[in-house]
Amino acid sequence: MSHSVLSSSRPDISTKIPALEIRGLAKSFPTGGLFSRESVRALHGVDLTIGRGEIVALVGESGSGKSTLARCVARLERPSSGEILIDGVDVLKRDRFQASRAFRSQLQMVFQDPFGSLNPAHRIEHFLQRSLAIHGKGGGSGEETQRRLEGLMTTVGLQADMLNSYPHELSGGQRQRVAIARALAVEPQVILADEPTSMLDVSVRIGVLNLMRKLRDEQGISMLYITHDLASARYLADRTAVMFAGELVEEGESLDLLANPAHPYTQLLVSAVPDPARAGSYDPVRRAELRQAVMASTKCEFEGDPNQACSAEAPVRHLVGDPEDRHWVRCHLYQPWAAAAGHALAGEPTQPSRPASNAQEEASA
Amino acid sequence: MTISQVSFGSHEPVLDVKDLTVKYIGDTRSTTAVDRVSFSIGTGEVFGLAGESGCGKSTIANSIMRLLKDPAKIAGGSISFGGKDVLAMSPEELRRFRWQDVAMVFQSAMNSLNPVLTIGEQIVDIFTTHAGYPRRESLRRAGELLELVRIDPARLKSYPHQLSGGMRQRAVIAMAVALKPSLLILDEPTTALDVVVQQEIMAQIKELQRELGFSVLFITHDMSLMVELSHRMAVMYGGRIVETAKAQDVYATPRHPYTQALMGAFPPLTGPRVPLTGLPDGVKFRDIPDLSEAAPGHFVAPVGPDASAVDTALLEGAAR
Ligand SMILES: Nc1ncnc2c1ncn2[C@@H]1O[C@H](COP(=O)(O)OP(=O)(O)OP(=O)(O)O)[C@@H](O)[C@H]1O
Ligand SMILES: Nc1ncnc2c1ncn2[C@@H]1O[C@H](COP(=O)(O)OP(=O)(O)OP(=O)(O)O)[C@@H](O)[C@H]1O
Ligand SMILES: [Mg+2]
Ligand SMILES: [Mg+2]
Repeated sequence: MSHSVLSSSRPDISTKIPALEIRGLAKSFPTGGLFSRESVRALHGVDLTIGRGEIVALVGESGSGKSTLARCVARLERPSSGEILIDGVDVLKRDRFQASRAFRSQLQMVFQDPFGSLNPAHRIEHFLQRSLAIHGKGGGSGEETQRRLEGLMTTVGLQADMLNSYPHELSGGQRQRVAIARALAVEPQVILADEPTSMLDVSVRIGVLNLMRKLRDEQGISMLYITHDLASARYLADRTAVMFAGELVEEGESLDLLANPAHPYTQLLVSAVPDPARAGSYDPVRRAELRQAVMASTKCEFEGDPNQACSAEAPVRHLVGDPEDRHWVRCHLYQPWAAAAGHALAGEPTQPSRPASNAQEEASA
Repeated sequence: MTISQVSFGSHEPVLDVKDLTVKYIGDTRSTTAVDRVSFSIGTGEVFGLAGESGCGKSTIANSIMRLLKDPAKIAGGSISFGGKDVLAMSPEELRRFRWQDVAMVFQSAMNSLNPVLTIGEQIVDIFTTHAGYPRRESLRRAGELLELVRIDPARLKSYPHQLSGGMRQRAVIAMAVALKPSLLILDEPTTALDVVVQQEIMAQIKELQRELGFSVLFITHDMSLMVELSHRMAVMYGGRIVETAKAQDVYATPRHPYTQALMGAFPPLTGPRVPLTGLPDGVKFRDIPDLSEAAPGHFVAPVGPDASAVDTALLEGAAR
């Protein structure tokens, strides 16, 4: 409550069973041909808890496993191991039947790709109507349904006459808003939103973020908000978790985490946020140092602290700053698994180099 | 000075769009998605296009590529590329134009790869079909391109669904620069990239661009990124351009109320959390007039006396 004007209305979340609890989640995908033994490790031992009425942002490297995590929780992907508890119940142990409709009324997902996630054969109306049906509000008079549908469109800043449109007639940002409206209409307990606002202009985006906050405040909906936009994570989320190479490396109260990033990868992320005031400040040398610290750290800030032993073998979580912020960082000595999911930093030279690669020069020969 | 004469780099624009008007004609709903839009891009210039969601940015990009499909009609205006009339090109000319002269990263990039071919097959195909390289050579170049966008070349064997959203976007960026077109159109190319990868890839595109001298039309909602990378930019609202100038000038002194709202509405990365509002309800600009020069090289659509009295007060609330 200390830092923020907005979080004062936040419901008390500490005492109840968490809305979502993920324990030791792991997922590997086979790659190559059908009978190939190669695999990609997308998630490894992820523990994450979202309290009731809490919004947690998940940020991190492209390809680090964020969508995979959400897809596992939404039961679109079967984890290799781990537990997923919604409302204290392990959903992986529930049978298929129970999983379907009841599950969808409990949990909704907004997909990352607005161009692939709306069936092109249906009008917008159809998607929203189905959501209302899941919520049990599909019945009622035609007029009432129409009013609800129009209300939903207005909430996400779309004109009601677009209900008759097909997805291909909408712009990228308009589709994203339909996808958001579709999830909201269900009024689930948990929403997993995978980059829901990446194609919205700032002014519309703020409107959508405010709407998400309002739903949390008024209905206690819990959210996992996956984003690359650190400023919006800070604006919306109570806590932010940082993912790198299939594992969480840091988590904490959002303002505290972004003001005092403790893991080198978080520091790297924060340093790379575009800022016109320091245009052209991309510094390859500093970048190479941080990269080195991420990939092959040789020291940890907590080394020698008798209360927080370091470990290169186990992913120890060190507590950072005020315990109330529940801010932890994974011990720096623990190294990201070299073969993890072929992440972007892995392939890079640790030496500073010109941003334009020589490969491209050769390719132009 | 007219708008189309202002451009960075050479005086001969690579792309010249004049009074472009595009309509979508439907049974239920007809939209004028682009309304008398003019701009030009010089050789080696990065031109940014920003604006509210649904204001017509992708429609402009598709018009330049001649990819508009049926209910869409170009109702007026002209597009010329290197002095050639794009709207009059034959199918034969268009084929060449599309990959070699102009390449585009679509906003739907994540969803635009062929799902039944591996990434490698798709990149190799560009080289063999359009550049005539032998297979082995094409494969080598394909691997290099993936490295350029920070993807392990081992992923040449992956199918699109085996890549993350951001990896697919990066693969498409790699394909667009493969043939070194003289104009690169990027429609929201980095929505699924973390800021580190985004910064590195954009720095690389910029470096390549300096080296090879191609021009870029850059569409994004990320105003910080746009200002950092573009020489000049334009802001659109409701199918019209409401402001255009050097990117730094738009950032430092936004003049149109919509631009002011855009520049002022992003949440900060430091300080306390302060509630922000987007454009307040009821703020709509209609019948946007033609641009006039407010300062040298800085063109703005005048806001009527009524509008400015009511709206700017509201918008100041929006911006902070
Ligand atoms: N169906 C699949 N088959 C094989 N590999 C997969 C599959 N789905 C994901 N992966 C791999 O798992 C890793 C994590 O992917 P994921 O989509 O979860 O990343 P992400 O964090 O969402 O990235 P982005 O921010 O780019 O969307 C990537 O290396 C990806 O290639
Ligand atoms: N095939 C179509 N039929 C009818 N209307 C269409 C069609 N395609 C686009 N539109 C409309 O034209 C307008 C402009 O769309 P466009 O895709 O160019 O917007 P945009 O500026 O790219 O928006 P965004 O930032 O959300 O991607 C939108 O209002 C959209 O609904
Ligand atoms: Mg993803
Ligand atoms: Mg668009």
